[in-house]
Amino acid sequence: MKLPGVREFSWSDVATEARLLLIGIPVFLWTMIPIYHMFLFAISPKEDAFSGKLWPDHPTLHNFEIVFRQQHYFLRDFYIQLWNSTFIAAAVGALTLFVATAAAFSISRLKVPGGRVVLNLALFTYFIPAAFLAVPMYRTMGNYGLLNNRWALILAMVTIASPYAIWVLKQASDKLPVELDEAAVMDGATTLQIFRLVYLPLMMPSLVAIGTYAVLLAWNEYLYAFLLLSNDQDITLPVALGNFLAADDSPWELLMTTGFIYALPPAAVYYVFRRYMVGGLTAGAVKS
Amino acid sequence: MAITLSGDHAISAPPLSARLTPAQVWGIVLLTPYLLVFLAFVVYPVSYGLWLARHPASYVALYNDPVFARAAVNTLIFLVIGINIKMLIALFLSGFFAQQRTWIRWLSVIFILPWAVPSIPTILSVRFMLNPEWGVVNQLIFKFTGDDGPNWLNDPTVALAMAIGVHIWKSLPFWTLILITGRLAIPHDLFEAAEVDGASWWQKFRFITWPSMQTLYVTCTLLSMIWTLGDFNSVYLLTGGGPADLTHVLSTLGIRYLRLDQLSLAMASIVCAMPFVLPLVYFMMKRLSR
Repeated sequence: MKLPGVREFSWSDVATEARLLLIGIPVFLWTMIPIYHMFLFAISPKEDAFSGKLWPDHPTLHNFEIVFRQQHYFLRDFYIQLWNSTFIAAAVGALTLFVATAAAFSISRLKVPGGRVVLNLALFTYFIPAAFLAVPMYRTMGNYGLLNNRWALILAMVTIASPYAIWVLKQASDKLPVELDEAAVMDGATTLQIFRLVYLPLMMPSLVAIGTYAVLLAWNEYLYAFLLLSNDQDITLPVALGNFLAADDSPWELLMTTGFIYALPPAAVYYVFRRYMVGGLTAGAVKS
Repeated sequence: MAITLSGDHAISAPPLSARLTPAQVWGIVLLTPYLLVFLAFVVYPVSYGLWLARHPASYVALYNDPVFARAAVNTLIFLVIGINIKMLIALFLSGFFAQQRTWIRWLSVIFILPWAVPSIPTILSVRFMLNPEWGVVNQLIFKFTGDDGPNWLNDPTVALAMAIGVHIWKSLPFWTLILITGRLAIPHDLFEAAEVDGASWWQKFRFITWPSMQTLYVTCTLLSMIWTLGDFNSVYLLTGGGPADLTHVLSTLGIRYLRLDQLSLAMASIVCAMPFVLPLVYFMMKRLSR
């Protein structure tokens, strides 16, 4: 007799499992090798890093110590640059949320005249390849006198993040029943009260997804940061990492250590907000 | 503003404030921040850029620059070969990740990492792996064969292939995720019915999975093309456009001209991509705003 809950052993199950492993193992290696290689450099003493070993003979945290104590010419401004990255990412997240939530509320709930047109213009921006917009944007920031000012990067990233944010938030707002707004109006609520007391709380999951998206976008950005900022005290950490490359004897083990440190927060943020992001972002990316 | 009634006399329309409800006034106020961002950082830059690119001389100069021709060809290779390989792998992997297994769920959590972490450290990591003298790839080749491995980033063809590989590494998780969503939306009883009828996995794919995912797949491919045109990091951080400027794509080329202070050439090279980009954008906007 077959026991409930106990799966019977069968050769075809084993074969299926083996076939899946045959895909799973290469996928795992493909994903992890560049990341593992970065980690390996971070925990290797300089001599070991260049030896091609898959695990260092004497793993060490010495590289982290050098980075955190800024004990290298390239790392003089590590904390300032880390702070620049943090400040810019936070500002981009906050401003994008502000701009996009206001616009989505206006288009979706208030049915503002011309809202549809604005949404289409925003979508159009979303489809301009980022590197193409960078060229005129660089010159424009020069005209505005914002070059080498962190606000140049913040405003550029808000411009890039907003269209998608508005799009996703608009999709989510459309799903909220109109009756909610109508009931609030009956109770004498003003538009701003509806926005604050009805709309924002209901939109919270999408707002978290969009905020995370904007923060990660700004944190991970290289091209715009590299074009718009140049003084050692103003640049973000990725630009500083890029500048390592200019040297003939780049301290690769320190570059990888710093890079590893820089990659940790987005990975952590992603895992914390995974539930929101996957639902919120993939739904908006491609409407199927 | 006036509304003409019968041709000989006109009455003026009521003032704007009287025709708008308070909600609509708030609507306009709340839309203003985005409109300002849009005007200042999209409309003005784009118009200014187009104005800079107005001289026919720029296009002649581009045409005569061998780097431009090479970049255009590289971009096409990137789009046609790179994107299709990437999307086919994503389609295949979406089937793999849709399997219900604990270890596959764990793997999918790890699989997302390349997309979540910043490009610069990971691409530089790959760059170092491919270093001909100290890179781990050639060290391993030497250990197992006793021969020196190729100089991966010194041959433009190989270097471009590596850049495509980096691009796939970085963006494969995102597209796989989207295609998994598409796959999970297919009603499960279709597969059960097919299984009862004794359909093979290929028949199931051919007659159930593909027809339901076809549109999504095509949309994803086109969207991926637009975004890949804007992908600067994969090429710049891996090869820097080298060796001898032979691995540039249009996005790195524009920035190269910008760094050389040839802004009109930079804009002209982007304008040259427009006949290709705009139909894609038009198609995508039609699909999304349906």
